[in-house]
Amino acid sequence: MSDHELRVSKIRDGTVIDHVEGGQALNVLAILGIDGSEGLGVSIGMNVPSDRLGRKDVVKVEGRELSSSEVDVLSLIAPEATINIIREFEVVEKNRVVRPEQVAGVLSCPNRNCITNAGEPVETEFAVVGNGVRCGYCSTIIRDDLADHIDV
Amino acid sequence: MRQDHLITATQLSRDDIEAVLDRAREIAADPAAFTDRHADTVLALCFFEPSTRTKMSFDTAAKRLGANTIDMGTVESSSVTKGESLADTVRVIEGYADAIVLRHPSEGAATLAAEFVDVPVINAGDGAGQHPSQTLLDLYTVRENHGLDGLTVGIMGDLKYGRTVHSLAAALTNFEVNQHFISPESLKLPRSVRFDLHEAGAQLREHTDLEDVLPELDVLYVTRIQKERFPDENEYHRVAGQYRIDAETLAAAREELTVMHPLPRVDEIAADVDASGHARYFEQAHNGVPVRMALLDTLLQGAQ
Ligand SMILES: [Zn+2]
Repeated sequence: MSDHELRVSKIRDGTVIDHVEGGQALNVLAILGIDGSEGLGVSIGMNVPSDRLGRKDVVKVEGRELSSSEVDVLSLIAPEATINIIREFEVVEKNRVVRPEQVAGVLSCPNRNCITNAGEPVETEFAVVGNGVRCGYCSTIIRDDLADHIDV
Repeated sequence: MRQDHLITATQLSRDDIEAVLDRAREIAADPAAFTDRHADTVLALCFFEPSTRTKMSFDTAAKRLGANTIDMGTVESSSVTKGESLADTVRVIEGYADAIVLRHPSEGAATLAAEFVDVPVINAGDGAGQHPSQTLLDLYTVRENHGLDGLTVGIMGDLKYGRTVHSLAAALTNFEVNQHFISPESLKLPRSVRFDLHEAGAQLREHTDLEDVLPELDVLYVTRIQKERFPDENEYHRVAGQYRIDAETLAAAREELTVMHPLPRVDEIAADVDASGHARYFEQAHNGVPVRMALLDTLLQGAQ
């Protein structure tokens, strides 16, 4: 482990999300639906110096591994992130996030007149296009403010 | 058409469009040959938003193919006011009809409906989204007057909320057409439409003054700027006034310029344009019937 990771405590079992763009740690927790009430041990390092990103955030969640749809959305706000699965204090798996072709659920459409905001029995679906995502129903494109549309 | 539904003009290829327009031309030439073609067929007209024109046009088209139509009546009297979801409504109607024509105030409504039913769904307008059957009749009208390649087309008015504009612009990318968009700053094309046009490699330019581009145009497609798009009425009158045309405006246009409008118009095209030789909007509206007959024929055949 590199020395700046010592700033946050080691965990026994769970997930370390590293190389998150500086300032996005709380959005990462929002995507994971973690607000502390579930009793998971969570530690966050914000604006930690990083060779690759200048400054990065690190999120450690004890006792929780990520689902693939969570990783998909994570990749949109933290494209450089690495996901480390920890068991018995050891990194057993280390993955870079991969930009998905689409994300289902998780995001809500900012267009208030979109049919997905009308109480219909469907999940949202966004295609990943260029540097944003696009609603599969109304075609609205979200570019800069993705984290504002996380629906948890 | 390769598709089962007609949801957005972006799904249409040049071949799809030409096949429908060719069929429409055959129908227009000899409507009697098609009168029994879809007897025993029922078309559901589901209009969640008031519309007389589009609904009558589909109704007529269906009946001229020998089909029957059913409709939901007014939205006020239907189960929609009791809070039924669109997904439920269309699943029920699927049991009554061989195809569904849907007009709905929310963007994406037709996409959603098509996910829940197996019969063809035709989007007859979804909020500020798309109106692809209008586009087919627009293209038919352009083709009859000019052909569809080597043209310069100006589209003017409410480009932000105008669903006929969004569909037409997308469909025109299949042809060699220079597109000019003329609107007030606040009603420019939405990002999503511009994205598709760029993806399709379209030649497009945006203007706030019609004067800048009018002399180059082969076609001027005018749409209405609605009062409710403006926070204050004075602002509306000031802005909308700049996007009205009359015979005098058109003095600067080419002799062959075709003026189109999806109708109904209010005052954005003055009555003196009607007799100018440029006006094609009534012809355009009449083309709705053979073009929708061709569209229904294509989708119903595919569904069998
Ligand atoms: Zn949407």
